[in-house]
Amino acid sequence: MCAHAEWKNCAVALLDGTPPLLSVAAMNELAERMGIQMGMSESQARQFSGVEVERRSRDREEAAHDALLEMSWSVSPRVEDTATDTITLDLAGLNSVFGAPGKIGKLLMRRAAALTLKVHVGISENVETAIHAAKGFAGVTVIPGGTEASALASLPVSVLLPSEKIAESLERWGVRKCAELAALPVGELSERLGEEGVRLHELARGARSRSLMLAERKMDFTEQLDLDDDVEELEPLAFLLGRLLDQLCARLRACALAASVIHLQFELGDAFEKEPVGPIGIPVSEAPKTYEKVLRLPVPTRDSKLLLNLLRLQLQGEPPQASIRKIALSAEAARRRAAQQKFFEPYSVDAEKLELTMARLENLAGKPNVGAPQILDTHRPGAIGMERFSALKGETKSRRRAASATGAAEISTVRTALALRVFRPEWMARVEMREEFPARIYFRGLRGEIAAASGPWRSSGDWWREDVWRQDEWDVEIHFQAEIFRGEERHPEINDGVYRIYYDYARQNWYVRGRYD
Amino acid sequence: MPAGLAHLRSQIEQALRGRVTAPFDYHDRSAAENVSTGIDELDLLAGGFPRGALTEVFGPGSSGRATLFISALSVRTASGEEFALIDAGDSFDLASAQAAGADLSKLLWIRCRRIDQALRATDLILQGGGFGFVCVDLGGVSREVAHKIPLDTWFRFRRAVENTRTVLLALEQEANAKTCASLVLKLAPGRIHWSSVRENENGRIQSGGMLEQPFARLFDGVDVRAEVVRSRVKPVTRLEFRGNHLQAEMNGVKAQEATFRASSAWKLSRDRLELQK
Repeated sequence: MCAHAEWKNCAVALLDGTPPLLSVAAMNELAERMGIQMGMSESQARQFSGVEVERRSRDREEAAHDALLEMSWSVSPRVEDTATDTITLDLAGLNSVFGAPGKIGKLLMRRAAALTLKVHVGISENVETAIHAAKGFAGVTVIPGGTEASALASLPVSVLLPSEKIAESLERWGVRKCAELAALPVGELSERLGEEGVRLHELARGARSRSLMLAERKMDFTEQLDLDDDVEELEPLAFLLGRLLDQLCARLRACALAASVIHLQFELGDAFEKEPVGPIGIPVSEAPKTYEKVLRLPVPTRDSKLLLNLLRLQLQGEPPQASIRKIALSAEAARRRAAQQKFFEPYSVDAEKLELTMARLENLAGKPNVGAPQILDTHRPGAIGMERFSALKGETKSRRRAASATGAAEISTVRTALALRVFRPEWMARVEMREEFPARIYFRGLRGEIAAASGPWRSSGDWWREDVWRQDEWDVEIHFQAEIFRGEERHPEINDGVYRIYYDYARQNWYVRGRYD
Repeated sequence: MPAGLAHLRSQIEQALRGRVTAPFDYHDRSAAENVSTGIDELDLLAGGFPRGALTEVFGPGSSGRATLFISALSVRTASGEEFALIDAGDSFDLASAQAAGADLSKLLWIRCRRIDQALRATDLILQGGGFGFVCVDLGGVSREVAHKIPLDTWFRFRRAVENTRTVLLALEQEANAKTCASLVLKLAPGRIHWSSVRENENGRIQSGGMLEQPFARLFDGVDVRAEVVRSRVKPVTRLEFRGNHLQAEMNGVKAQEATFRASSAWKLSRDRLELQK
């Protein structure tokens, strides 16, 4: 209940059972003060105005328990998963790391509060005494060795969890406090209540102890949320995702880890009525029931705001085509990247910020249009590959190069390389030949006289494929004469200069590839 | 300083505390670092590209804007900096960049189809920060469209890079950023160089096949004229140079123009071979 941040200052009652037979199974102090009682029916509970009445979510309870376990492991490697609401830690030897037991108790409370969980801490040399102190006293309670009996004296017998029958007997005898139970003679108690009576007597005196049953650590960082009402819009969805990411990142932080990959899964409800067919033509009846997204991060991070922004951008690009019933978020954990910027290294992009910028740019210009260009292993003209741009890629090579460069990169070049400005798509042209050399060219409404030409530079390839290519390329110096075509728009870039043209044998036509600029 | 003035000064400093550091100190903008353009002649003429400022390079088609960009790309990526290209006309040629020796893994290429996309992408890149060099290529955008870019957009770009180590370069057909640009360079096409393939190294005419054709040529490159239209960059003090067509600072007279040669791929290859010999 505490893991719901927005319920922090509300009166809340949780319902359990099978509809329509739902009854109150848990409540907080505020709700209790307002008159809510255990076992009340849903209709009775809803009559109390100002009380939030919600269905119990076992997924959330498990998530909160897992978060608490992770938090405990961040303090001690020896942890016992005692019960759903109880976790026991071995603090032996931790004084030199965290300080006195009281300090450790406060640290545990602070870390739990960061997970929006409210906990009480009991510290004792005796495992059972520590558990009872945590259940009975608020805040941090430290019980020094030898004072267990006096410390537990004021606690009610119910914290020792007696069976119903024994609790009834003790109530009948007027034994309500641990001190009163501890004062009873053991022999006679054994005669009347049997073995359990003796056990309770030892617990009340703080004389019964045991070893911890250590829990095995699972590295599973998953958060789930079942929604009472389906979510259809991005804004409320982002709010819920933000909450789950906050918890996920807090759990990762507790383990000194970060997320390198985030898996997002939605269980979908009914498809939107406005969309009779799905985004890729799938009829509604066959539309998928789940929606999955994988967010791969170049650098592990546990910045929940950054992760939320990235998920939002992904969802904006490809929104689910149906309402959402259940959200599951899981993280693949990795160690955080530790890097220190050096004085003499070049100005560099922050990898986490870059990831967000990249996602925004991909949304703006389209994913295939943003990235680091790659020259493909082919001679086919215009073959371009795009790979994801990463500030870390080629870091070592560039840094090494940077180290060899001095000052403002005084890298000497023999000559300046002339660049081509490419037209995409290429422009269709008509060429008149004279003595096997291009002499006149017509394109984009203009006629040009070719003053000089270099070529043909013949190339071909991929003869085993359907899209075989064979071209004759020419570098031509064009002087434009006058407008000859009507109705064709003159391109702003057309003026005299050196162009690269080619004859495409497959398409039996001339094209202008680009202009030297 | 009179006591009243000193008191007033301290009051103003008190009022601006936390918002403005040392309001009465003179901040010299021209003290910003400059980086090489990759072309010696331009470095001498203009002092390089200033960091933390907008540089505008304009000129008609074939005036060497893409060549200047590719030169800067190869130099900046070789020094380990990340480079962003916002390509408004989708006209970037990878083969040219590779021939110039650029490290393409350090280049973020954003291929845009519309000018509004390009301007928004520039905003995102500048806000994200961290790029050593950001180039907005509006060379393929018509004069009329580029002229409609509001002045406050250029002002925003300038403010975004101010006090950072980013070089912001805009390539256009005409200058539009007005006073927002710290350095404005005008480029113009010069002579086009062709060499006859009919003459060999000894000047003798070769024969056979294509070489006998009267029009047969090899494209060597073009000359580019550069002119400084406006500059707030600190003046050039270096006198040594390696270029062939330098007309910059000579005999103590500061020139406003320089010419450099941009060589074609085959010419570069031949020069490299000659150097190796």
